[in-house]
Amino acid sequence: MLELIKQPWPWYTSGAMIAFTMVLLIYFGKSFGVSSNLRTLCTIAGAGAKVKFFDFDWKTQKWNLLFLMGSVFGGLLASTILKSDQPLQLSEATVQDLRSLGITFDGELNPSDIFGPDFALSVKGFMILLIGGLFVGFGARYAGGCTSGHAISGLSNLQLPSLLAVIGFFAGGLLMTYLLLPLIFKI
Amino acid sequence: MKSLKFIVTGILFGIIMAKSEAISWYRIQEMFRFQSFHMFGIIGTAVILGTLAVYLIKKLKIRDYHGNPIVFQDKDKSWPRYLIGGLIFGLGWALTGACPGPMFVNIGYGYWAMIIVVLGSLAGTYIYGLIKDRLPH
Repeated sequence: MLELIKQPWPWYTSGAMIAFTMVLLIYFGKSFGVSSNLRTLCTIAGAGAKVKFFDFDWKTQKWNLLFLMGSVFGGLLASTILKSDQPLQLSEATVQDLRSLGITFDGELNPSDIFGPDFALSVKGFMILLIGGLFVGFGARYAGGCTSGHAISGLSNLQLPSLLAVIGFFAGGLLMTYLLLPLIFKI
Repeated sequence: MKSLKFIVTGILFGIIMAKSEAISWYRIQEMFRFQSFHMFGIIGTAVILGTLAVYLIKKLKIRDYHGNPIVFQDKDKSWPRYLIGGLIFGLGWALTGACPGPMFVNIGYGYWAMIIVVLGSLAGTYIYGLIKDRLPH
């Protein structure tokens, strides 16, 4: 059983398990949406004193923070007792495209060329990660949800606004991939 | 005990995100370059099964764990916030390879540099709160 879980999961198992997570949270009387936690964390840090948007009773979101904490622990389990010894099976075309950007495919989940300390702690690398994160946080709150809240929960409930958000996610992702990444990584 | 079920669901979610490789920067690039079915298969399966589940919950009037009726909130009907906010989110998603869940799962996995991405996302959330009344929604 453990051996089976340790393998990289096929897409259909992964997709089914994500739907199961959503149903589980619905059954617990909650909803599946991760980015709300970012707002809650701002509130806990004291942002509610100055900005009305953060002035709410964060304890109503405690369950979601616990879910988030659990997910960090899940990541730890996946990298230790559940770690697969096979390299990631990335498409050869992607390997080539990334090479032309100067990013090497190392068989891990994330490239050491971006997330390794040498790059991440350089001024350029730090700014890329910080500003990238800023876009994710700003965009998620502006759009009222992220991949979990819109692409999974919203689409499952046939919400047109969520479809618009997902179209936006892809438009932004394509713009970054094809126009901006070459500029960012080649200078 | 009330808390435990959320922690356990979170652990499950973290394992799913990592084992599905949805937390991989490489996989997100592969998706935006349309060079593999993997991520589309994951999201597609989740949405199809999720839609079926939501339909059945409504149809069979299934109640939650506390015995309360399950209500699904409709999103506010508009378009600017979803398209513009979504576009900004997408820029960050393709750059960092991480949406909010995977950022945290990646930290647990041992990718410490994701802490920088999380700090950025908290700053972005704060800036949104600061200027939200001046943005078209």
